Parts: sequence; structure tokens; C-alpha cells
Amino acid sequence: MAHATTVPHGEEHEETTTGLSHRKLLIWAFLGSDCMFFGSLIATYMVYRGKSLVGPFPEDVFSIPVTSVSTFVLLMSSMSMVLAYSALVRGSIKGFRIWILSTAVLGMTFLAFQTFEFRDFANYEVHLDCARVEAEDADYLEGLTDFETTFLPRCAAVDEEFSEQHGLTLKTNLFGTTFFTLTGFHGAHVTLGVIWLLSLFFYSFRGGVTPERSLDVDLAALYWHFVDVVWIVIFTVVYLFGVFPGF
Amino acid sequence: MTQPEQPTAGAVHTGHPTPLTYFKVAMALVAITAVEVGIFYIEALGKGIIPVLAVLSSSKFALVAMFYMHLRYDHRLFIGLFVGGLALAMAVVLALLGLFKIFV
Repeated sequence: MAHATTVPHGEEHEETTTGLSHRKLLIWAFLGSDCMFFGSLIATYMVYRGKSLVGPFPEDVFSIPVTSVSTFVLLMSSMSMVLAYSALVRGSIKGFRIWILSTAVLGMTFLAFQTFEFRDFANYEVHLDCARVEAEDADYLEGLTDFETTFLPRCAAVDEEFSEQHGLTLKTNLFGTTFFTLTGFHGAHVTLGVIWLLSLFFYSFRGGVTPERSLDVDLAALYWHFVDVVWIVIFTVVYLFGVFPGF
Repeated sequence: MTQPEQPTAGAVHTGHPTPLTYFKVAMALVAITAVEVGIFYIEALGKGIIPVLAVLSSSKFALVAMFYMHLRYDHRLFIGLFVGGLALAMAVVLALLGLFKIFV
């Protein structure tokens, strides 16, 4: 029968055939399998990149400065997560509560950014300054994306500004389908992570989180950091490579 | 009743980094992200930007996995489970890219 003994760093040690915690083995096996899950979604996004027949395309909707800020928020949440774990193994429950709540708040901030971004994409509008188009302003015309350029003939019927909604949704084109599926599943992982973190936060007030049971927090931390490393890949492959014309 | 015993080698990871190390890693991650975004706006790099961004992104991935996920200090079996899954994922990505003749 497995039972726990106290070991350095206050971690739970179970008597198993390997001497390793089965729960920790399970989370690592799960994370390994999740790598393959996200690998397939990222590969699908890359395979269909540039194959959309209608817009909008990545260069029309992506805002690198906004996504950089949300990436920064998620990176900071990883730091606060390790600080929560570190505080717990040092016996500071108060420190644990502060840092784990910070992590959950940063996670929710990231989700708010993602919601804002999705809403922004769904409400995307093509804007053309027809006065500058008629004046053949070279700087302005060079700055237009391929998708916006397809609307230039529509300026013939408009004096000042041309504006038309062309929101990006799951059904719009291959880019929309692969992008929302990939980032949507990542967002779902973050949401589950936030629920897990908040559960640990509230459980700590019932005495359920102790240095002796730090493995419970370690497992949540591993999941949270995994969500972070997946985003590191998505940010580079989807966003940075996404708007790069030569890729 | 079984007597309490010391954990077997590698049963738990010891020698956790200090909070200062965690902070330094976080600052390195932020700095790398800033460099990524910075070089993204340098048009002169052309297609050369792709390997640069790939290397920077991999460094961030490695930093989080080694220090925050404690893989640097953890048991080899945990490393094997994660790196095995990661290697399979990379193989799936490369196979799909090859199959659809991306980059060819």
C-alpha cells in the first residue's frame, strides 16, 4: 500500500515500484501527449497558411504590439507560479496565496486579451481613404495589404472613405478555421488552468494546501508552464511568422 | 508498518532555484521577447528573420522547461516522457510540412 513520507522540500514521496510519484508521472505523460495535440494543430495551421481564397488574411488582422503585451502577461504568470510553489515549499502559505492569486489574475488578463482580439477579428472592417487613392498617393497605396487592394475599384463610387465589414470567423476561410481552432484550444487550456489555480487558492483556506502536500501545487504549476511554452511557440509561428511576407 | 525511508535517487528533485533565479529567468524571457518583436520590424533581415526567430523562441521554450518546469533538476523518466512527446510532435509537424511540400 502506498503511503507518504516527508522528504526534503516538503514533497510527497510515494512508495512505488519506480520510487516516483505516479501522479507526477501521469502529468508528464499528459503533457507529452498534449505536445502532440498542439503539434498537429500548429502543423495544420502552417500547412494551410497562405491557402485562403478570400480575406481577411493574417497581415490584415494581427496586431503584434497587442499580442506582445499578452505574451508578456503570460510569461509573468509563469514567474508568479514558480514563486507560489517556492513560497509553499518554504512554508509560507501567505506568500503562496499572494502569488497563486497573482498567477490566476494574470491568466485571466491573458484571456481578456484573447477575447478582445477574437472580437476585434470578428468585427474587422476594410477602410480605404478614397481621396488618397484618387490622388494616387504612393506611400498610402504601398501600405495597403493585398486584401485591401482588392477593394480599390470600389473607391470609384465613393468620394471620401470606403468602409465595409469583413469579419474573420471560423467559417470565413482556412486561416480563420486553423487560427481559431489552435488559439481557441490554447485559450481553453488557459481557462482550465485558471480554474485549477483558483481552486488551490480557495482550498488553501480550508487547510488543504500545505508544504507536505506541495505536489498538488507542483502538478498545477507544470500544467501552467506547459500552457506558457505552447504560447511561446504559437506567438512565433502564428503571429510573427504569420505577418511576415517572405514566409 | 514500513519505516520512513529516504527517497530513492531522483525520486524528488532537489536543489530548486532561488526566487532570484526565477526572477532572472523571467527577465531573460522578457528580454528575448522584446528582441523578437524588435527584429520583426527590421525589414532588411528578409528571410533571415525566420531562423533567428526560431532560435529565440526555442531558447525561451528551453528556459521555461529547464528552470520553471524543473526539468533540469528532475528525474530522467519525466524528461523522457516530455521530450519523447515533444520529439513525436516535431516529427508530426515536419512530416506534414514535407507531405504538403511546404518550404520545398
